[in-house]
Amino acid sequence: MIVDPVVPAEPVPDARAPEDTDVPFRPKQLSAKDRVEYLLSAGSGLAFAWALCLVMDWRAPLTFAIWALVWFLGCTYVLSRDRTSRVVAQDRFVTTLIWLSGLLAVGVLVWMLVFVFLKGVGGLSLSFFTEDMAEVGPLDPGGGIKAALIGTLQQIAIATVISVPIAILTAVYLHEIKGRFATPVRFIVDAMSGLPSIVAGLVVFTIWVNEGGGFSGASAGVALAIMMIPIVTRTAEEILRTIDDGLRESALALGAPQWRAVLQVVLPTARSGLITASILGVARAIGETAPVLLTAFGSSVTNLNPFSGPQANLPLYIWGLLREPNEVSVNRAWSAALVLIMLVLVLFTLARVIGERGARKRGAR
Amino acid sequence: MAVTTPQTPAPDLPVEERPRAIRSARTFGDRVFRALAGGAAATCLLIMAATGIFLTIKAIPALQAAGVWDFFTESVWQPAEDKLGVGGLLVNTVLIALVALAMGVPLALGLALFINEYAPARLKRWLTGAVDLLAAIPSLIFGMWGYFALQEPLSGVARWLADHLNALPFFRLTTPDAALTRSTFIAGAVVAIMITPIITSVSRDVMAQVPRVQCEGALGLGGSRWGMIRDVILPFGRSGIVGSILLGFGRALGETIAVVLVIALVFEPNFNILELGSGSISALIASKFGEAQGIEINALIAAGLALFIMTLVVNLIARSIVNRSKLGG
Repeated sequence: MIVDPVVPAEPVPDARAPEDTDVPFRPKQLSAKDRVEYLLSAGSGLAFAWALCLVMDWRAPLTFAIWALVWFLGCTYVLSRDRTSRVVAQDRFVTTLIWLSGLLAVGVLVWMLVFVFLKGVGGLSLSFFTEDMAEVGPLDPGGGIKAALIGTLQQIAIATVISVPIAILTAVYLHEIKGRFATPVRFIVDAMSGLPSIVAGLVVFTIWVNEGGGFSGASAGVALAIMMIPIVTRTAEEILRTIDDGLRESALALGAPQWRAVLQVVLPTARSGLITASILGVARAIGETAPVLLTAFGSSVTNLNPFSGPQANLPLYIWGLLREPNEVSVNRAWSAALVLIMLVLVLFTLARVIGERGARKRGAR
Repeated sequence: MAVTTPQTPAPDLPVEERPRAIRSARTFGDRVFRALAGGAAATCLLIMAATGIFLTIKAIPALQAAGVWDFFTESVWQPAEDKLGVGGLLVNTVLIALVALAMGVPLALGLALFINEYAPARLKRWLTGAVDLLAAIPSLIFGMWGYFALQEPLSGVARWLADHLNALPFFRLTTPDAALTRSTFIAGAVVAIMITPIITSVSRDVMAQVPRVQCEGALGLGGSRWGMIRDVILPFGRSGIVGSILLGFGRALGETIAVVLVIALVFEPNFNILELGSGSISALIASKFGEAQGIEINALIAAGLALFIMTLVVNLIARSIVNRSKLGG
């Protein structure tokens, strides 16, 4: 049974519904009357919640919002149930809920971005980018993210150099070679993408750092590479999948061996998509805290050598400051968080712009 | 070296009409190329294998010192006396993940349906971007936002739940004036937002596989949009949706930094989810490893191994469910 048994096949004109019966009734379209009902329900919901909160002495704005919502949902359900049918009422009830979940998700995202911006924008200045924390006490003004920026840059560079070739070659194995082990490899790559970030750090710590390697930027790079490989591989494989098979076949038909067909025809066609995949990987790795905590450890002085000694990076800088119980440190952490989120936003936008331009170009071909 | 591509010629054709078997020589370059790509793929397998093997090797001393059974059932952390147990932390890890699912699943599925079925075309593109962006925001930022922005409104909600819904055992408080901050409830709420993108994007993919003809059939028979979703989309995508929820569960189990920032770490299992004090395996590792020495390091690695195995099992089950539902429906 696919359809609710109560639903009449023909729209039955309801005695209480004065709408023109020649026009088929569509529950998703709101008539002027529906709109008025919605507005009145919303108004009464607000009034009800306000009165309830006043009487019960509830102060939390969230409580107010929840009660207003409950009342609004109840009102619209009862009203449309009364004027139309149960099916329509249910449909509208669910429509409201689903719109709400969309609004909630976007609302949370905007709330978070605005919150970080407002908290962090006050502490930004030029010196924040050019000073490190070597000679700055916890309560002193000044100091900045120079060491952290250098560390982030070096560690991300190391992670990219390791992970991008492996990831793209793996994607090539999965989709161009379609080797015998393609299915298990895809399975493992999926499992890797669910690897908790702290475990990625822990394994590098166990194998390298704790076995005499010591904390270093390079070990952080390796831990981040483990996080990046699955992201870049899966995105790259999706991109390779969008490439027209005719292109491959033409290359092979012209007598090119497979490696030249892939290297000179398939990969150049997919170039923008592969760049997108790599940038997305970097955007994900740049904000990871748990893996670098166990490998780079963090440092207040500038360490230019990623191969020896603890190194700072942006997330670790924030992490370290949050552990200090004073206002100055926390404010600094917010400013650094703003810088971090800006970096993520820039990388994310860049990836999308390049990706879309590339997709357009491929589509036009 | 000439390799014959295996081809089964149609047996009922006379010999001269059968298609000629295609022979292609695999050049030296091709062999190098295939070896390189195969090597890269093998690296991925190697990384996962090495993770399991090395964590196990390093975990053994701690497991021996504390006893395997005790390590996973006791709730103590006194490395000096070889008393180590993460039983309580395991319970709390799962509790945080369950709270996250309770809040995140309705949101994520609602969002997936919204993007697929309800949102106007222009909005759709923006929303997919927003979901991707939500997935790209660092865990650290989620944690800071959860601690500084979410704590106050949510502890208000927690107070209300404790006052009015304490018929449910997990909403009860041990003492009436217990602190309601830094709890499993609040950590779960933050993690709920963090697992929304993965559940939304995977279940969206699954829901998009429903044959459009069936959806239109439901609408054509007079069903409402909700009727179509309830009777066509959800049953068709059921196993895939279950898989996506499991994937979210796996992510929630392993979430580290956001949880560490929000909760106050305790070792005992805390079933009063609204009250201060919670824990997770990853939070233990992140907050203890800085000053850990000797056997404690092994114990942290053992805890990490437990987390690794737990998430791996959940993820593998989830992926196989999702993959199967994508193939057949």
